[in-house]
Amino acid sequence: MLIELQMILPEIVLMSMACALLVFDAFIPSERRHLTYLLAQLALLVTAVLVVASFPQITEYAFNRTFVDDPMSGAVKAFILVITLFIFFYSHDYLKEHGILKGEYFVLGLFAVLGMMIMASAGSLLTIYLGLELLSLCLYAMVAMHRDSPPASEAAMKYFVLGALASGLLLYGISIIYGISGTLDLQEINNYILYNSERLPMLVYGLVFIIVAIAFKLGAVPFHMWIPDVYQGAPTSVTLFISSAPKIAAFAMTIRFVNDAFMHLTPEWQGILIILSILSMAMGNIIAIAQSNIKRMLAYSTIAHIGFLLLGIISSQSVSATGVTGFADALFYVVTYALMSIGAFGFVILMGRKGHEADELDDYKGLADKNPWFALIMLIFMFSLAGVPPFVGFWAKWFVLKEIVATGLAPLAVIAVVFSIIGAYYYLRVVKLMYFDKPVSMTAIKATQTMRAVISLNGLAILLLGVSPGLLMTFCIEVMKL
Amino acid sequence: MNTGLPLLSLLVWTPVLGGVWVLFAGDRQAGTARYLSLFVATLTFIISALLYLRFDLQNPGMQFIELRSWISAFNINYHLGIDGISLLMILLNTFITLLVVIASWDVIEVKVSQFMAAFLILEGLMNGVFVSLDTILFYVFWEALLIPMFLIIGIWGGPRRVYATIKFFLYTFLGSVFMLVALLYLYFQSGTFSILELYDLPLGLTEQVLIFIAFLLAFAVKVPMWPVHTWLPDAHVEAPTAGSVVLAAVMLKLGGYGLLRFSLPITPDASAALAEFMIVLSLIAVVYIGFVALVQMDMKKLIAYSSISHMGFVTLGLFAAFVINEKTANAGAAIMGIEGGMMQMISHGFISGALFLCVGVMYDRMHSRQISDYGGVVNTMPVFAALMMLFALANSGLPGTSGFVGEFLVIISSFQASPWIAICAAITLILGAAYTLWMYKRVIFGPVTNDEVAELKDINGREKLVLGILAIAVLLFGIWPAPIFEIMHATIEQLYTHMLTGKAG
Repeated sequence: MLIELQMILPEIVLMSMACALLVFDAFIPSERRHLTYLLAQLALLVTAVLVVASFPQITEYAFNRTFVDDPMSGAVKAFILVITLFIFFYSHDYLKEHGILKGEYFVLGLFAVLGMMIMASAGSLLTIYLGLELLSLCLYAMVAMHRDSPPASEAAMKYFVLGALASGLLLYGISIIYGISGTLDLQEINNYILYNSERLPMLVYGLVFIIVAIAFKLGAVPFHMWIPDVYQGAPTSVTLFISSAPKIAAFAMTIRFVNDAFMHLTPEWQGILIILSILSMAMGNIIAIAQSNIKRMLAYSTIAHIGFLLLGIISSQSVSATGVTGFADALFYVVTYALMSIGAFGFVILMGRKGHEADELDDYKGLADKNPWFALIMLIFMFSLAGVPPFVGFWAKWFVLKEIVATGLAPLAVIAVVFSIIGAYYYLRVVKLMYFDKPVSMTAIKATQTMRAVISLNGLAILLLGVSPGLLMTFCIEVMKL
Repeated sequence: MNTGLPLLSLLVWTPVLGGVWVLFAGDRQAGTARYLSLFVATLTFIISALLYLRFDLQNPGMQFIELRSWISAFNINYHLGIDGISLLMILLNTFITLLVVIASWDVIEVKVSQFMAAFLILEGLMNGVFVSLDTILFYVFWEALLIPMFLIIGIWGGPRRVYATIKFFLYTFLGSVFMLVALLYLYFQSGTFSILELYDLPLGLTEQVLIFIAFLLAFAVKVPMWPVHTWLPDAHVEAPTAGSVVLAAVMLKLGGYGLLRFSLPITPDASAALAEFMIVLSLIAVVYIGFVALVQMDMKKLIAYSSISHMGFVTLGLFAAFVINEKTANAGAAIMGIEGGMMQMISHGFISGALFLCVGVMYDRMHSRQISDYGGVVNTMPVFAALMMLFALANSGLPGTSGFVGEFLVIISSFQASPWIAICAAITLILGAAYTLWMYKRVIFGPVTNDEVAELKDINGREKLVLGILAIAVLLFGIWPAPIFEIMHATIEQLYTHMLTGKAG
C-alpha cells in the first residue's frame, strides 16, 4: 500500500496543493491575487521535481492495475508540467492586462494538469475516463471564464456540448469493449483480443467509438468542428493552454488505447487513423489559408499538425541505433508542437494590450520595423511550425516521415510533404506581414520583463532543439521502449 | 595535408556567427555594420583561399574530413569534407559574397545590418551545403538557406517582391521535400545517411528512376531547368541587386552541384537511362529560353532568362556524357562534357553576377530597368560602358573570355553524342550574342535619349573596383582556365568511372 501511495505521490501533492489553493484564494484580497499565481507555479514546480525524482525505470502497477507507472507516463507528466509552467507565465500577464486575473484560472489549470497526469498513467478504461473528464470539465470552465465576452460563452457552450458528446461516445465504446471482454483492465483486454479473434467484428465496433472519441479530443477531421470556434472565442491564455498540454495527454491516452489495449487490432485502427490523418492535414492546411484571424489560423494549423501526429502513431515500430523507436516519433512531435504552439499563442498575448486582442493578422503588419527582436522570435515560431530547418519543427516532421517510410508507407509520406508545402504558405504570410509590410500604427509592444524573457527563451529553445535535437530524440526513444 | 584548424567548420560558422554579430550591431550604426561584414566576408574568403593552398590536387577523394556524431540515435553525423567540385563552388561563393558586400556598401540604406547579416548567414549556409557529406546535414543547410534569401527578396526587393519571394520559397521547398523522402528511403535501403556510403549502395533500376526523379525535382528547380524555371525571372527582377547576384552566381549552382553529388553517383543507371530526356530538357532551356530572352523589355529579366539558357549547358554537359559513353565509349570526350559543365557554372557565376551588378549600377542612378528608358549611356558613362561591353561579350561566349571555355567544351563533346545536339546547342552562340548585344546596343549606344541619361555620372571607385575584379576574373579564366581544371580533374575522372560502373546488377 505504501509503495502504491508513493507511486502516486506527485498526483497526491498536486491535488492537495490545488485544493489548498482553492481555499486560500477565497480568503485573499483581489489586489494580492498574484500570490495565487505564485503558489500555483510552486505547486507545478514541486510536482515536476517529484516526477523527475521518482522517474520510473520499469513498468509498475498500483491499485489493482488501474494505475500504471512506466517511463512513458513519467516523461509525459514531466513534459506536461514544464509546458504548463510556461503557460502560467504567459497567462498571468494576459489575465492581469485584461482584468480577469482570478484564482480560478490557476486552480482549474492545476486540476486539469492532474487530469492529464491520470490519463498518462491510466491502466484501465475507467481511469482513462476519469482523467479525461477531470481535464475536460476544467477546460470547459476555463473557456467560459471571461463571462462578459459573448464569443467566449459561445465557445464554451460549443465546447461543452461537443465534448460531452465525445465523452458519451467514449463511454459507449468502453461499455461495448467491457461487455465483450468482461474487463476494464487494458492489459487483460489485450490478452482477450489475442485469444478471442472470433469476436473481432464486435471488438472493432467498440474500437470505432473509442477512436472517434480520441479524434474528437485531439481535433482530427471530421471531428474538428469545435477547434476553430473554441480557439478563437476563448481568452488567448486558455487557447494557449488547450492547444498544448492537453494534446500531450491526448497522445498518452491514444497510446494507452492503441498499444496497451488494442495492439492486436493494429491493422484496424491504423486504417482508420490513416484516413483521419490525411483528412486533417488536407483540411487544416487548406482552410488555414483563408483565415484572417491569427487565432483561427493557428487553430486550423493545429488540425493539420494533429494529422501529422496521427501519422506518427500510425507508423509502427522500427529499429534505430539506440533501439526500437516505438511511438517515439509521435511523442517527439507532440512535445515540440506544444512548445511551438505556446510560443505562437504566447506571441498573440505579447502583442495584445488592454481592451485589444491582437488576433487579427493585420495587427502584425510591419512588426519588424517596430520590434526587430520580437519579429525575429515570431519568425522562428512560424518557420518552425512550417517545418523548415534549422528549427525543431523540421525534426519533428522528419522523425515522423522517417518512421512512415520505415513502415513501408512511402506514398503516405509523399502526401504528408505535399500538404506541408501548402501549409508553409500561411506561415510565410505571417512573416510577410511582419517583415515586408509597412506598420499600420507605431504602437510598440508593451510587455513585462518576464514576458519578454519567457518568449525569448521559448524561441531560443526552438532554435537550440533544432540545432541539436539528438538528446530529446534519444530520450523519447528511451521512454517509448514498450 | 590536414593540420590543426577545422577549416571547413570555420568556413561554415565564421559567416553564420559573423552574421549574427552584425545583426546585433544594430541598424543604428550602419557604418559599423558595414565594416564588420566586410571584415567577416574577407576573413571567410581568406579561409577559403587557405583551403585552396592546402588542397591536394592529385587526390580525387574527400579531403579535410571532419566527422563528429550529431544525432547518435540515427547515426546522423556532422560529416564534412570537400573534393575538387566542392572546392570550386566554395571559392566562387566566398569570392562573390565578398564582392556583394562591397557592391552594396552605400546602395542599401534601410536596415543595413539586417541586410549584411542575411548575406553572411546565406554564405555560411551555402558553404554548408557544399561541404556536407551527410545527407541530413546537407538537407538542413539546403532548406535553411531559403530563409535568408526569402527575407532578402521580400524586404529589400522591388514592387512585386512579395509575390516573387513567396513563389521562390514555395517552388524550392516543393522540390526539396521530395528529395527528403528519397533520402529517407535510401536510409532504409542502406542504413546510412552518409553520402559516400550511398555511392556503393546497389539499387534496382525502377528504384533508381524514382529516386532520380525525386532528386531531379529538387535540383531542377534550383538550376533551374525548363519547365520549372518560372520562379527565377520573378525572383531576379524583384530582388535587390546583391540578391540577384548571389542568386544567379551561387544559388543556381546548388542545383548543378546536387546533380553531381547525388544524382549521377547514387543513381547512375537511372541517369544513363534518362540521359536523353535530360538532354532534351536542357536543349529546350538553351534554345527556347534563348528566344524568350530576346523579347524581354526589362534588363534584369533578360539576364535572368539568359541565366536559364546558360545553365542549360551545364545539364547538357553532365548528361551528354552518358550518351557519349554509350555511342563511342570515348572517355576523354565525356569527361570533357562534365568539366565543360562545371566550367560553365563557374564562369556563369562571374558573368551573370557582373551583368546584374551592371544593371544595378544603372538602376541606382535612374531607378528603371526598362531597356526603353535608356539609350546613349556611353556618352555619359564611358568607363562603365567599356566594362559592360566585356561582360556582354563574355555572356555571348566570345573566345578569350571565360564564357567561351565552358560552352565550347560542352559543344565539342556533345558532337560525339550527336551532331544534332551540338548544332542545337551552338544556336545559343548566335542567340546569346543576339539578345545580349542587342540589349547592349539599345541601352549603351546611340544618341542620348533623355535628360536623365544626359545627367548620369560615371561609376565611382567602389563600383570600378567590383566590376574591375570581375573583369579580371572573366579574362583570366578565359585565357588561362587551367587552374580550374586542375582542381576538378581528378575528382571528375573518378566520378566518371563511378558513373559507368552502374549498380542495378
